Amino acid sequence: MITAVELGLIYAIMALGVYLTFRILDFPDLTVDGSFTTGAATASILIVNGTNPLVATVCAFFAGAAAGVITGLLHTKGNIDGLLAGILTMIALYSINLRIMGKANVPLLGEDTLLSPLRANGWLGSWISVGLLLLGCLIAVAIIVWFLHTDVGMAMRATGDNPEMIRSFGVSTDNQKILGLALSNGLVAFSGALIAQFQGYADIGMGIGIILIGLASVIVGQAIFSQRFIWLAALAVVFGAVLYRLVIQFALGAGLEVNDMKLISAVLVVLALILPQVRAFRKLGARIQITSRGTTKAVEPDAEEKQNA
Amino acid sequence: MKLAPTMKLTAALAASALALTACGGADGADDEIKIGISQFVSHDSLDAVAEGFKAGMEEAGYDDVVYDEQNPQADMATNTAIAGQFAADADLDLVLAIATPSAQAVAQAVTDTPVLFSAITDPVEAKLVESLEAPGGNVTGTSDKNPVKEQLELLKQLSPDAESVGIVYSSGEINSQVQVEWAKEAGEELGLTIEETAISASSEVQQAAAGLDVDAFYVPTDNQVVSALAGLLQVAEDKSAPVISADGASVEKGAVATYGINYEKLGEQTAAMAARILSGDAEPATMPVETLTEVELYINTESADKLGIEIPQDLLDAAAEVYEKIEEPEEAEGDE
Repeated sequence: MITAVELGLIYAIMALGVYLTFRILDFPDLTVDGSFTTGAATASILIVNGTNPLVATVCAFFAGAAAGVITGLLHTKGNIDGLLAGILTMIALYSINLRIMGKANVPLLGEDTLLSPLRANGWLGSWISVGLLLLGCLIAVAIIVWFLHTDVGMAMRATGDNPEMIRSFGVSTDNQKILGLALSNGLVAFSGALIAQFQGYADIGMGIGIILIGLASVIVGQAIFSQRFIWLAALAVVFGAVLYRLVIQFALGAGLEVNDMKLISAVLVVLALILPQVRAFRKLGARIQITSRGTTKAVEPDAEEKQNA
Repeated sequence: MKLAPTMKLTAALAASALALTACGGADGADDEIKIGISQFVSHDSLDAVAEGFKAGMEEAGYDDVVYDEQNPQADMATNTAIAGQFAADADLDLVLAIATPSAQAVAQAVTDTPVLFSAITDPVEAKLVESLEAPGGNVTGTSDKNPVKEQLELLKQLSPDAESVGIVYSSGEINSQVQVEWAKEAGEELGLTIEETAISASSEVQQAAAGLDVDAFYVPTDNQVVSALAGLLQVAEDKSAPVISADGASVEKGAVATYGINYEKLGEQTAAMAARILSGDAEPATMPVETLTEVELYINTESADKLGIEIPQDLLDAAAEVYEKIEEPEEAEGDE
């Protein structure tokens, strides 16, 4: 149970990355399946070779950001469709990740990691580590919210909402997209680095299906929370990531077939997308404040438009 | 204020999850033995380990053990969550982890309860133990290190003219890379040249095999390659190259022969270790990692006939399993 919350909070960093591309930039970025492993691979190989784990994890961020830049360049300068650009980078990263690790699995058992102090004090699996990880997530949320309120961040939001308008102001949407993808994949890789240190190994297959977890976290979180403020939307992503893992844990604990887990994930996302549109649910959720003031592209505004029409 | 819809959704999710639930989880009482099993993925060999383990426990007199069996079906996040779940369960007397990623996650999370692993090709490389002789922590178990040298010797015996051996393996599986290293070492001793090609998906197996100019093939215990064995066998037949596999199941599917590991026995052997730990006779830290002492000879006579290989009678007599037909995976191809 507590492990599920811990995992959820670490995956929340990844989900915040997905939020940046999927919601803010309105860009369906599949690079994450590769860049998550890139982060784990980079951090692991550095840690095994004696690098300070904090430095290694920061390096993982930049490795992921580099992957995001490549997707961005393919999309903006190469005029490749966004979905395809992400897939291409993701596939290429499989080979690159193997190159980074030198083999398919890098064990971190017994190595000094960022989480070793927690483990040494017996804090992992307790509310202390949950509190610390939550604090880390809140700092990440704060940085993202601050960034999205700077001039560059405003331009990035506008790029996702109304690219024609922002181009007419003389802002390069290309650069905004590249920067957004870099930040997003940097966060994803950072999360991957932490997960590797948490689970005790980096594995070439660990990124497979990560995008589903990310999207589920974003959509589930946003189905529940108001989209009125960016900070609330970002917090919702963190909440969604934790809830997602809790549901999986709950299903497992109830003796559910693990083969059905992907189906449950999909059902969860579908529910989160559909429930806010259901009239009865909307009445109950009447207190949820809805705005389409251009902050984010939320699920609710669409639903409201449909009802008003 | 915003709690109501939150709870509503949570409840809805919980209800839908419950509706899908086939059976409830068992809660063990405090006085009985409870063992957690984390098996990374469902797979003939790994399933056999779990079955063998339970049979072995029963044989050792532990017949009312409560098993908490978990299987993430190769999903890494769930794999880690399972390990955390085991770490938090104070009722567990022992944890069995089957296959490398499960063992790594469990070894990382579970630090107090004894942990046994099984079906690990190289526990030292995976950093599960400090050394095979003295594991040093709360983790030990059994390795499924396959006798690559004996297997390649078998190849020389069946096909004395063979000088080069091709290995197709997937770059995504650490176990396969280790086996390629072993094959290279053994090949050097036996005067065989090893040529290798790495693949990243099972769809590439046939093409990779075709690209190797070799006299014979060695198939490691590699999930991708074994699942696309038919493609490799096709190429091998065109080249008239015998195929030696690392596991017995692949012989049934058309490899010529092997000295293979019986995974059920490996599970039983792991259970014997568990019994010693549970009775207080031994501690994981000082229990050496065990490998299966006896391997079994598997032969497929139809595959041998196709290649014109004469299997010596003494080998046929010694074989644990002689397959006279190639088990067709899908539609039967009527030859002869």
